[in-house]
Amino acid sequence: MPVPKRRHSKERGRKRRTHWKLTAPTVVECPHCHDPKLPHRVCPHCGYYAGREVIFVSKDKEKTR
Amino acid sequence: MRHGDKVPKLGRTASHRRAMLRNLVQQLFVHERIQTTLSKAREASRHAERMIRFARQDTVAARREVATFVGDRAVLRKLFNDIGPRFVERQGGCTRVLRLGVREGDGAELALLELVVRKESEREKQVREKAAKGSGRGGKKSKSPAEEKPGRKSRGKQKPG
Repeated sequence: MPVPKRRHSKERGRKRRTHWKLTAPTVVECPHCHDPKLPHRVCPHCGYYAGREVIFVSKDKEKTR
Repeated sequence: MRHGDKVPKLGRTASHRRAMLRNLVQQLFVHERIQTTLSKAREASRHAERMIRFARQDTVAARREVATFVGDRAVLRKLFNDIGPRFVERQGGCTRVLRLGVREGDGAELALLELVVRKESEREKQVREKAAKGSGRGGKKSKSPAEEKPGRKSRGKQKPG
């Protein structure tokens, strides 16, 4: 069975992980309700997309956002 | 290389996939709009378009071809008598996929698949009316277009509380 010959330092592991980075999602302003939303998706706050209401968001949800 | 990757497998065996796509397409024709995951919606859309292409022809041969995919007699009838004629003028593009965002739980991207020319179903009407009621302040939807589209900065004033 192969087994590590040397102890692996904290630095070594941390250096490897310097390339693990998070990327922020792209967010755009909804042209209808001006809330932030993801591009090319129906706005979850007002239910609009491409200038039309496509899904119906309940008033309760609209308020609590 | 993406050889042999033309058809998305959707994590299913061939028979399972075919059965699922048939269900999706039939349900789309019944309800005119369905919610599913983005990849299923896209794949189902291809099949639905194909069925509509046949339905526009309105020949016995086309009807039999479609019957091999759409098993339900009632759906077949609706497809040829109602849906097909709506799209006679179109060169495809009879369905629309709208992305909805990510599902909580498994992070799958959801989408609406709908017929481009469609009627509102009973259920949808109920959802709309229920959403319009809510318990919040009065009808956002009933406002005039001028009020609906305020300038960018006026958002804070629109939503007190």
